[in-house]
Amino acid sequence: MPPPFPCSAWRWARRGLPALAGLLLLTAAHGAPAEPLKAGVFDPARDAPDFSLQGSDGKALTLSGYRGKVVLLGFGYTSCLNVCPVTLAVLAAARHKLGPMAAQVQVVYLTVDPERDSAGRLNEFLASFDADFVGGTGTAAQMAAVRKSYGVTAEKVGTGADYSVAHSSFVYLITRDGKLRALMPYGHTADDYAHDLSVLLH
Amino acid sequence: MHPPLNRPRIALAVIAAAGSSAVAWAALTPVAFSSREEPFQIPKGTWARRMAGNKVEILPSRVYLTLGIRDVLLLQNHDDVPQIFGPTLMMPGQSFRLPFEVASSYQFACTAHASGQMTVVVDERPDTPWRRLVWRARRALRSIDAA
Repeated sequence: MPPPFPCSAWRWARRGLPALAGLLLLTAAHGAPAEPLKAGVFDPARDAPDFSLQGSDGKALTLSGYRGKVVLLGFGYTSCLNVCPVTLAVLAAARHKLGPMAAQVQVVYLTVDPERDSAGRLNEFLASFDADFVGGTGTAAQMAAVRKSYGVTAEKVGTGADYSVAHSSFVYLITRDGKLRALMPYGHTADDYAHDLSVLLH
Repeated sequence: MHPPLNRPRIALAVIAAAGSSAVAWAALTPVAFSSREEPFQIPKGTWARRMAGNKVEILPSRVYLTLGIRDVLLLQNHDDVPQIFGPTLMMPGQSFRLPFEVASSYQFACTAHASGQMTVVVDERPDTPWRRLVWRARRALRSIDAA
């Protein structure tokens, strides 16, 4: 009479079942939907338009130079009295919350006021929030082309030396592989940014 | 012998009962939608129609959302060219899904509107009978206004 459970089958079950369970777990983890972002998400994500500008650190600034990092790309200007300082303070706080992971996040802030914002002025302004922030400036035509590629608006308001610039106040979230994944509207907290950055970094 | 029917009174009673039932339903029935997304689409050919001089209004200048019920703005570009839609530039075939978590009024720059602005008003979730009643009344008024 054959044994009720052949030895070979038993061996297969002992060795094969844990492997199968592991495979199923791996598949489930890989196929699990990513945690939703707090930011607005583009689907499908397109390649973030690259640019070549003058960096606030005195070097050439390209977006592609930050491949491998998650980039937070914002637009603003150093004479801004409300939106830009708030945004930059929030971004600095978000990086602080990330701890060591902050090294994998780069904040890039492009001026919408190239007339007044020299590289040096941008550097001084950004350093007051976070020494690792990088700014970008260029000719008016260069900056307009970059804004157009992202759909950012900027309009000079007023005349004389004290003019202001009305501009889009979003921050773009760009993945490590250079995809324009999401857009965070103005008003979100540092916790929201830290949440989304954690999702994008993992 | 039966007394004669007072038809106007009966009609009034029926109307009052129907009105009371509608108010009770509006106040007591929880507000629910099949999806939390409020979708707006740019149909194919929109750009061509604009170029031909036709006025095409797709996205209202004021959008109303409600937390926990319908609190996600979903924009979809089905046209063949990139479009500035609401707060963002969208490529053909691309969608943009923007969730809201705080009740407030949000202003976005939007070149598609004459004012250059688009407002998203996010209301609190109507959790009490009175709030549900007010929420439904406002929604009905907005629908009438938009029609």
